[in-house]
Amino acid sequence: MELFQYPYMQRALIAALVIGLAAPALGIYLVQRRLTLIGDGIGHVALTGVGAGLLLNRSPVLVAVIVATIGAVTIEVVRSRGRTSGDLALALLFYGGIAGGVLLVGLSDATSANLNAYLFGSLTTISPADLTTIAVLGAAILVAMIALRPALFAVSHDEEYARVSGLPVRTLNLLIAVTTAVTVTIAMRAVGVLLISALMVVPVAAAQQVTRGFRGTMTAAMALGFFAAGSGVWVAATADTAPGASVVLVAIASFLVVAVTGGIWRALRRRVTPSSVPAPEPHEVVLR
Amino acid sequence: MSTPVITVEHGAVGYDGRPVLRDVSLSVTAGEVVAVLGANGSGKSTLIRAVLGLVPLSTGTITLFGQPQRRFRQWQRIGYVPQRLGAGGGVPATVREVVASGRLARRGLLRPPGTADRAAVDDALRAVGLADRAADPVATLSGGQQQRTLIARALAGRPELLILDEPTAGVDAASQEAFAGALRDFVGDGGTVLLVAHELGPLRPVISRAVVVHEGGICHDGPVPDPAGHHAEPDHDHVHPHGPDEPAGLWSS
Repeated sequence: MELFQYPYMQRALIAALVIGLAAPALGIYLVQRRLTLIGDGIGHVALTGVGAGLLLNRSPVLVAVIVATIGAVTIEVVRSRGRTSGDLALALLFYGGIAGGVLLVGLSDATSANLNAYLFGSLTTISPADLTTIAVLGAAILVAMIALRPALFAVSHDEEYARVSGLPVRTLNLLIAVTTAVTVTIAMRAVGVLLISALMVVPVAAAQQVTRGFRGTMTAAMALGFFAAGSGVWVAATADTAPGASVVLVAIASFLVVAVTGGIWRALRRRVTPSSVPAPEPHEVVLR
Repeated sequence: MSTPVITVEHGAVGYDGRPVLRDVSLSVTAGEVVAVLGANGSGKSTLIRAVLGLVPLSTGTITLFGQPQRRFRQWQRIGYVPQRLGAGGGVPATVREVVASGRLARRGLLRPPGTADRAAVDDALRAVGLADRAADPVATLSGGQQQRTLIARALAGRPELLILDEPTAGVDAASQEAFAGALRDFVGDGGTVLLVAHELGPLRPVISRAVVVHEGGICHDGPVPDPAGHHAEPDHDHVHPHGPDEPAGLWSS
């Protein structure tokens, strides 16, 4: 525990906790729209921004926010317009993003350690300025995702109905896209480009095993994300493991615990009250 | 009773250059209950989707409550009931949460729900007989109960006009009766209804006018026609491309 007396460990912990709260608050809308892997895609694009930042000697995180936002808006425009061609366009964007990132980092003076910090996260090198950026952007994400929950829920649940309700559907979709880009970029420092989606998706996947409503799922997912971030950093500090990977593994472990406990609980309940409630369909069936 | 709520003049819709509706004109006045009938693929769903602005017209004009549809902004006056809910990602939602979405057109983006919103949601749940299921996840409801949830969502906004796309397709008898009752109450309070149906069933006594769509055009506009051919037989076999053979739980997909 004495490790947390060092300011750099305190910064690492605070940054992880902010991201642990904010990522699932956004992720629940992505899960509901079946866009769970979009975070990965935007992470790839953000890497090009990191490369450009390193090459131009500008803040890699800030350039990554800009490039990832442009990428996210492009993806949203493609998503709202097209179908099959959109799928291909997304693939091109993702691969272009990671290839551009690797290329630009190579052209700059940065070492492969720099690239690794963004690919796999580097919580312990977060500077006070980084922490301010993460805290401010994280708070903005939380406020937007919670204050607009009814409208974002309606748009993610049934987009046509939301349009007929007169909601600004395009604006709300763009808000989700931009928020995804911002979340990806701040989470990049914590868990790395390759593991970002895990923090957005795994807490939601765990929470929805046992919750009944949307609001409850969001609250539980944020609590789980917070817990995984805190205990992941603690595990990393005590066992000297990679912080990003530790956070994600704690999240996946909590998913397994919740899924197994939830399954046992449901089985017991079904035995106590036979056939009173029709069994829900499995969530994985795709009706398209 | 002569205020036009919906007018469509010479409306045409095409998907990828293939005409689906051609030169359709239709007028619905306040207090009417108009059923749009027709075979699958006749264009009847496209007609109401065009009225709602979900499908653009290639030619022609549509007005809603006397305003051109493009400039129409008073969406709280319209309650829309889709055929079914699109495939969600599996995040659970309670019946009450879905029905509460119906208040958004009145409430706007940022105002948190107040007493009036909660009361309207309670009334809508009672109107469709789902008050006791309000806290249950919609995925655990039967297909008919899910359809009633969508109707409650539309009613929660206290609309003047209800637009329904095949509200009774694949719905069990109890839910059809509950739905017909809710519709009677809505019309009794002065509401206007435009609904697409394949068969009217228990809705028949509520309908004041029928419009039959055939191959993209309107071929009948007047009293509800008598069922003809094998449709006239009481328990005729009917295969719906979506509906009865589908298991409960469309929302959870």
